[in-house]
Amino acid sequence: MKHTYTAVAKLLHWGMAVLIVGLLALGFVMTDMPLSPEKLQYYSWHKWAGVTVFALVWLRLAWRIVNPPPHYPDTMSRSVQLMAHLGHFALYGLMIVIPLSGWLLSSAKGVQTVWFGVLPLPDLLEKDKELGHLLHEVHEALNFVLLFLLAGHVAASLKHHLIDKDDILKRMLPACHTPKDNA
Amino acid sequence: MKHLITLALGAVLALNASAVEYKTIAADKSKVTFQYKQMGVAMDGHFKKFNVQLNFDPAKPAAAQAQIDIDLASVDAGSSDADDEVVGKAWFNAKAFPKATFVAKQIKPAGANQFEVTGTLTIKGKSQDIKFPLKLATQGNAAVFTGGFVMRRADFAIGEGIWAKFDVVANDIQVNFQLTANPGK
Repeated sequence: MKHTYTAVAKLLHWGMAVLIVGLLALGFVMTDMPLSPEKLQYYSWHKWAGVTVFALVWLRLAWRIVNPPPHYPDTMSRSVQLMAHLGHFALYGLMIVIPLSGWLLSSAKGVQTVWFGVLPLPDLLEKDKELGHLLHEVHEALNFVLLFLLAGHVAASLKHHLIDKDDILKRMLPACHTPKDNA
Repeated sequence: MKHLITLALGAVLALNASAVEYKTIAADKSKVTFQYKQMGVAMDGHFKKFNVQLNFDPAKPAAAQAQIDIDLASVDAGSSDADDEVVGKAWFNAKAFPKATFVAKQIKPAGANQFEVTGTLTIKGKSQDIKFPLKLATQGNAAVFTGGFVMRRADFAIGEGIWAKFDVVANDIQVNFQLTANPGK
């Protein structure tokens, strides 16, 4: 029985964590900027990173199915375990839905998404100003939900580490082998 | 008598054939569009208002006259942000230079229903001679002229200052037009 995540799962977790935090920051900064070459650049980078998250989340889900994550410790009650599962389910859902809403909103705004300026993604919608505006609102609202869940995710991991003093945080850390793995 | 009628008919037909002179533009069946690349993304735009003065007999292209004046403030560059930006000083400076103008200097035949147009394009106080192929197709009474050319925005100081580099907005702008003209007297 494994008690830690695989190296690939850790890499995907932390890599996507960096991407997602960057995407959130960039998203809030770029939308408030006056039009400039930098603004257009930031939009493109935001889209490129968003498409990357969208691609990686499928890889991550596939990896997770083939390499199931370690179980929760028995010290966690059934209801807390359920909450943790629901929270992670919602995070995965948002990692799919948020980039998708961004892709759709780009299509509706009439600006095709071209991954790294090289690979054009098909426009899923016709250009439609009203719809573009609506999708922008949806994209933004979903990100506030994500922020809320991420805060909960981080708070929960710290609570496990600092208060419960269990392995929940440690087993996701890059160089961690829990004592049980070696046992 | 029969011969006379035939002769008269022939004369009328001959007259018609040589006297199809396209003069008036059907605005609803005409368009001026442009394509540019922004961060590697192909963007479309068009101008809603333009005026064409035309005097074109396909049989006598050398005598043809053509001028198109584009109302730069009528630009649709893809989004309202872009529209506001592109009429500003750094781009068209449409307040000081409200129109882009093309005046044909020479129209030469270049095959069946094809011509080669040379003329002067003036935008933002800067002029440059350009050359492009023109195609003619007839639709009933009307003629549809299509053509296009690539211009470099830097040649006309379109996009100055922070926009002068081409890493975000490319230098090459593809301009295309389709003008539907009706015969006039």
